[in-house]
Amino acid sequence: MQLYRVPVQIIPRPGILDPQGAAVAGALRSLGFDTIADIRVGRFITVDVNAASAADATSAVRSMCEKLLANPVIEDFVLEEPTLQQGGQS
Amino acid sequence: MKFGVVTFPGSNGDYDACHAAADAIGRECVYLWHKDHDLKGCDVIVLPGGFSYGDYLRPGAIARFSPIMNEVVVHAKRGAPVLAICNGFQVACEAGLLPGALLRNASLRFVSRLVTMRVENDSSMFTHEYYKGQILSVPVAHGDGRYTADPDVVARLEGEGRVAFRYSSTGGDVSDEDNINGSVNGIAGIINAAGNVLGMMPHPERAVDPVIGSTDGLGVFHSLLDGVTA
Repeated sequence: MQLYRVPVQIIPRPGILDPQGAAVAGALRSLGFDTIADIRVGRFITVDVNAASAADATSAVRSMCEKLLANPVIEDFVLEEPTLQQGGQS
Repeated sequence: MKFGVVTFPGSNGDYDACHAAADAIGRECVYLWHKDHDLKGCDVIVLPGGFSYGDYLRPGAIARFSPIMNEVVVHAKRGAPVLAICNGFQVACEAGLLPGALLRNASLRFVSRLVTMRVENDSSMFTHEYYKGQILSVPVAHGDGRYTADPDVVARLEGEGRVAFRYSSTGGDVSDEDNINGSVNGIAGIINAAGNVLGMMPHPERAVDPVIGSTDGLGVFHSLLDGVTA
């Protein structure tokens, strides 16, 4: 077993009104960033997981997203590539 | 009829719910600890308001995996009543007892005040003491009450008469102005397909005593009394 870090992006699904994103976009526009078309505010989670392989690590974190970390009614999630960490169980 | 109110870490509406059940309508009420697996023979389960687990991740997301929720889901699947208020509504949605989800209020503001809502369903076990179109004054206290669901789910809720309450003006009009949190179609409360789970953001249990300015929430409790055998 090795320790992998799997970063997860959780973002509001398309079509879901994101008032936080709208408020942040408004603030940035008032600061002069007038090229902004849209902003969506989501959540970024890193999961460190012991797994036999990177594929297993991804698979485990995908299950975590489906069960708890994301709500499919309102959120999509994107798993990034696992990276090997120091200190895994052997 | 015996009421059981679940106490999650961070619940703050559990005492109000027991006050409504025990003092306002004079029924036995017990607290059910989130780590227990025993509903203690309760006929009606209340998932109360509050901020279970600090609303971490999403409101209700962690509470929904509390040990007692296994029993609450079994209770609901049997057709027994579950009254899910505010954070309880969020927990019930996360647990799949009700469709949809509750998002951050469109205003991004926490809203804590008496609001008016219109009765849309007057035939459920929770609402038959009201009449359709009745205007109720009931408090809300939430930051994440914007009901949302896929359009086909919303259409089904509307078509099957499962929208229980809708935010409205005192005259009964539904408009963006009276939609306190941006919920789709101004939805304040919904009922599951089997008719035994009511989720609502407003607090009927905090509107059972004239001292707080409204007794309009009593109808929910009186409806349950008439509609459920002890």
